[in-house]
Amino acid sequence: MKTFGIPLLIAALLALLPLGASGYVLGLLTLAYYFGVFAMSWDLLFGFAGEVNFGPSFLIGLGAYTAAMLNHYESLPIWLCVICGALVAVVGGVLLAVPALRLSGPYFGLVTLVAVLLLQNAIVLFAGLTGGEIGLDIPDILSIDANTNYWIALAFMSASGLILFGLSRSSVGLILQASGQDAMQAAALGFNVTKHKLAAFCVSALFSGLAGAMLIFYMGTASPGTVVDIGVGVQVIIAAVLGGRRTILGAALGAMFLIVAGELLRPLGELSTFVVSAVALVVILFFPGGFLGAALHRGER
Amino acid sequence: MQILQILIDGFAISSLYGLGAIGFTLIFGVSGVLNLSHGAIMVTAAVIAWAVADSFHTGPYLGALIGVAAAVATAFATYLLVVRPIQTSPRIPREEKEIFVLTGTLLWGIMLQEAIAYLFTSNPKTVLPLIPGVIQILGVRTPLQEVLTAVLSWAVIGLLWVLVNRTRRGKVLLAASINPRGLTLLGFELSEIYLFVWGLYGLLAGIAGVLLGAFLGVSSDNVGTLTASAFSIVVLGGLGSVSGSLIGAYVVGYLETVTAYVVSPSIRTIPVLLLLVLVVYLRPQGLLGRR
Repeated sequence: MKTFGIPLLIAALLALLPLGASGYVLGLLTLAYYFGVFAMSWDLLFGFAGEVNFGPSFLIGLGAYTAAMLNHYESLPIWLCVICGALVAVVGGVLLAVPALRLSGPYFGLVTLVAVLLLQNAIVLFAGLTGGEIGLDIPDILSIDANTNYWIALAFMSASGLILFGLSRSSVGLILQASGQDAMQAAALGFNVTKHKLAAFCVSALFSGLAGAMLIFYMGTASPGTVVDIGVGVQVIIAAVLGGRRTILGAALGAMFLIVAGELLRPLGELSTFVVSAVALVVILFFPGGFLGAALHRGER
Repeated sequence: MQILQILIDGFAISSLYGLGAIGFTLIFGVSGVLNLSHGAIMVTAAVIAWAVADSFHTGPYLGALIGVAAAVATAFATYLLVVRPIQTSPRIPREEKEIFVLTGTLLWGIMLQEAIAYLFTSNPKTVLPLIPGVIQILGVRTPLQEVLTAVLSWAVIGLLWVLVNRTRRGKVLLAASINPRGLTLLGFELSEIYLFVWGLYGLLAGIAGVLLGAFLGVSSDNVGTLTASAFSIVVLGGLGSVSGSLIGAYVVGYLETVTAYVVSPSIRTIPVLLLLVLVVYLRPQGLLGRR
């Protein structure tokens, strides 16, 4: 109960925010919540299954662009587009899982990196269909009301967080953690490492795709710069490591920090990315457990 | 005619790629570090060389020299400020060192990239050619700088070969890549060897960066692509294998050049990416790698 109490309290407090905060702050946090889901999905793969995925934006982009194109060309309803996007992302997750089960460390990392570059190239190459670098505009949007958008994003992040966190604390999460740290030994103990890792890829892809698809219906446009670019993936990774790997909820915290800090530092202009990266580097060097890791560690003492 | 053009351009680009990737693979082979700030270090060298020659009118040679020196300094900083603290930190579990080094060097690379963009803007910069002029090679007009790029790249690669295979210092490096613990038992200081390798790496990346800046021009936006291409070449050839990296560089260089000339420059990287996926699936240790 203790582990669920504090996050629930925070979520409840955040839900009250529209009563007081301005539309600008709400818009910023809405974006941060979707990023939070990206980071949590990444943490499930990395923190638990031990897979270094440099291409979270491959899964995100698949979900986002599938949904965007279905809505743009076929005018399917939003919910259907989002579901299709998530399903295509799961297919992408399985595609990534195949090499992951055979390759280790840097090799798998490179495959994920290449996957992103290929997706980005494909989008630019078929610009007639995908809108290319400029992006694809989307006729439908989730809501025009900032408060509604905020609540949808918060509810989505809370639900995803609950499921992912619950999963990580279940026996499945423990087996994943064991396979991530020593696949051979986990297999020797009789666990089906392949099945569990594949499941982790599917779950991670499902939530990445869902969040990617919902994000573009919030923004009203899908472009490589917002959902596919390697820079997006790097931000997701930084958020997850910053918040505390292997904590799931910390990843959401890291994402919120990253988005809000980036905005607060905007007056610094071009230097803002420099400062955010420097802060992230310092955290990694001196508090490798991340925000949540440091907090939990203190609590234990 | 076009075939000759492709052969000549491809050769120059490939030798430059080879030079850039060799440092990357050297660091991995000797100390097991994948340095994701590689592109940033190359760009640092090129931009400093450009800035010095441009604002102090020192001429191209002094500029290039200071650019390479800047790369060596940046390489030392990468090792001392980022890589070594992570490797020696008692708070990071051993099995997670690798991902921390990757994330750390990635962040460091972004910081360098942003610092360069802030100080010198992200506009493309072309380093002054060390030798201006054009010559005819078999009827193809080729800038002398392009010839110099290929010659210098191979000269540096040759010197590196001599250093590694023919000197005592180089044998120590080889030994460190095979069995670091055995080396410490023989009384060698590992941290000193690592410092030497990072210095050597800075030198290689710096020369490659300055040559690239003079040949094609660079901007801080190229940082990610440069890192990714070095990473691809090295994996293609086999992580840690120097000759594999050279072959990988030529495969990538020629594949890109042929695609750019025959099909379209806009898809020049796509065949390389597809080949890479294929190699990683079928032969994950790379062309010449050992597992």
